[in-house]
Amino acid sequence: MLHRPATETQITHFQRLWLYMLVALVFAFLIIPCLIVIPMSFSGSKYLEFPPRSWSLQWYEAYLGSSEWRAATFVSLRAALLTTIFATTFGTLAAYGISRAYGAASSLARGVFMLPMLVPLILVAIGCFLVYAKIGLNGTTTGLVMAHTVLALPFVVIAVLSGLASYDMNQERVAQSLGASRPWAFLTVTLPQIRLSVMSGALFAFVTSFDEVVIALFISGGQNATLTRLMFANIRDQIDPTVAAISSLLIGLSIILLVGSHLLRGREDRK
Amino acid sequence: MTMVLNHPGIADADHNADALKRQGSRERRVLASLTLPGAILIFLVLILPIGWLFWLSFFGPSGEPTLENYTRMLKPIYVRTFISTFEVAGLVTLVCVLLGYPVAYLLSQLSERTAGLLMIFVVLPFWTSVLVRTYAWLVLLQRTGLVNTWLIDAGVISTPLPLVHNMLGTVIGMVHVMLPFLILPLYASMRAIDSVYMRAAANCGATPSQAFRQVFLPMSLPGLAAGVALVFVLCLGFFVTPALLGGGRVAMWAMQIANNISVYGNWGAASALGVVLLVVTGIILYVFKRLFRVDSFEGVR
Repeated sequence: MLHRPATETQITHFQRLWLYMLVALVFAFLIIPCLIVIPMSFSGSKYLEFPPRSWSLQWYEAYLGSSEWRAATFVSLRAALLTTIFATTFGTLAAYGISRAYGAASSLARGVFMLPMLVPLILVAIGCFLVYAKIGLNGTTTGLVMAHTVLALPFVVIAVLSGLASYDMNQERVAQSLGASRPWAFLTVTLPQIRLSVMSGALFAFVTSFDEVVIALFISGGQNATLTRLMFANIRDQIDPTVAAISSLLIGLSIILLVGSHLLRGREDRK
Repeated sequence: MTMVLNHPGIADADHNADALKRQGSRERRVLASLTLPGAILIFLVLILPIGWLFWLSFFGPSGEPTLENYTRMLKPIYVRTFISTFEVAGLVTLVCVLLGYPVAYLLSQLSERTAGLLMIFVVLPFWTSVLVRTYAWLVLLQRTGLVNTWLIDAGVISTPLPLVHNMLGTVIGMVHVMLPFLILPLYASMRAIDSVYMRAAANCGATPSQAFRQVFLPMSLPGLAAGVALVFVLCLGFFVTPALLGGGRVAMWAMQIANNISVYGNWGAASALGVVLLVVTGIILYVFKRLFRVDSFEGVR
């Protein structure tokens, strides 16, 4: 087995055992930090241990029992849901416009919608902080959702554009020629066929907002401090094992979202 | 045929052309209006604030016009920050290439199914919050953390090693965050390389390492360049991980910007630093795009 050729150039598995080992190590490096916190969060002692000598739910109780953590979680969830709604709507509209238009206008629009992905976050954060201070949006959900929507737009536009690329626009023209208005034709003919792309865009939008730290550090605060802002301050100033419980919950959430996006992509490929 | 000829519209073709033109410009207005809600938001949250910061960067603390914010950057303290930022970014990128290239290569050689399954190791970190992963590294690397505890229990060391709150911890944490950004575009470009080329090289008498160096490696370069540019640029503006794992010992560009505002309230200095960061980022992306014909930095996620 080990001495069978593994590649077109007849290298055997044995000859590239080092490659398999190196890749296994890199995988371990990538995955261990994502998983190790979970067992530790169930530790029964006053400190985090691995493996825990006794088990308990104390850090989960501390998290759920704290009104500060609960409020921050609520703020983050609300901002993420609102961001998902706005980014998905605006992003889908924009992607439709960009895909139907051609020439310089189309590529200009495409460039503008990719900008939020390329500008360093710290710059967006202080820029928003500056502008929001003048119009009283610092510390508000509105301000946070506006900024997060902008960050999420490129992901939605990219996802929907790729969905539209494999969609035959003539179907919508047929619907129009049969008397459907344009918005109606889009909603009943186009949208159902690109819905998986739209949904995967929505998923990206949710994660972008829910996990965002730098902008939240600058413009969220007081009653509207996000979960990430609270976690950042907590990790920097003291290491409270409660964060381990919250982290484990967040890792659980990312596994769910990962599976979700995988299923969406799988269905898309099968189409 | 006769029916068409008898069609009344043919008589005034000019009229038809006008109608088509009107229709075309109406179409363009409709399409443009669809991008408006998003474009307005991007203008309000991104373009306007950055324009404002650019304007502010030419004024001193008391509002007098000055170039001081830019000339100040030549002072040793700022120069040190730039150097250490580029050092960290370069080191992290280098480690990412050394670790990421073999992974992407091996994945690209496996069947789509196996590679898709193994991809979980790359994609799960990607979907996990940077904050959560940074916290995990802190738990692993701190003085009383897992790594030190294990090493001491195993008798390898007697006093805890300083693994975090320094350059080492920062680099480890950043590599963990950046590695997927390198592997994903690189893997996609390697997948697109037809295995026929390698077989042809072998048939023409190339040794396996010759075939790899002269055929595979050059063809994987555009994908590698896209990953390298992305990772390097993301490192330059990275805030969260260096702020938490650097322990104040690793001066990074983004932290300098944040400190100028939260500690000194000096908007002019912060703006100038931000403007230069943006320009440097733009130049690097543009150069890579031109040099390596990188098609796009899109679709990384």
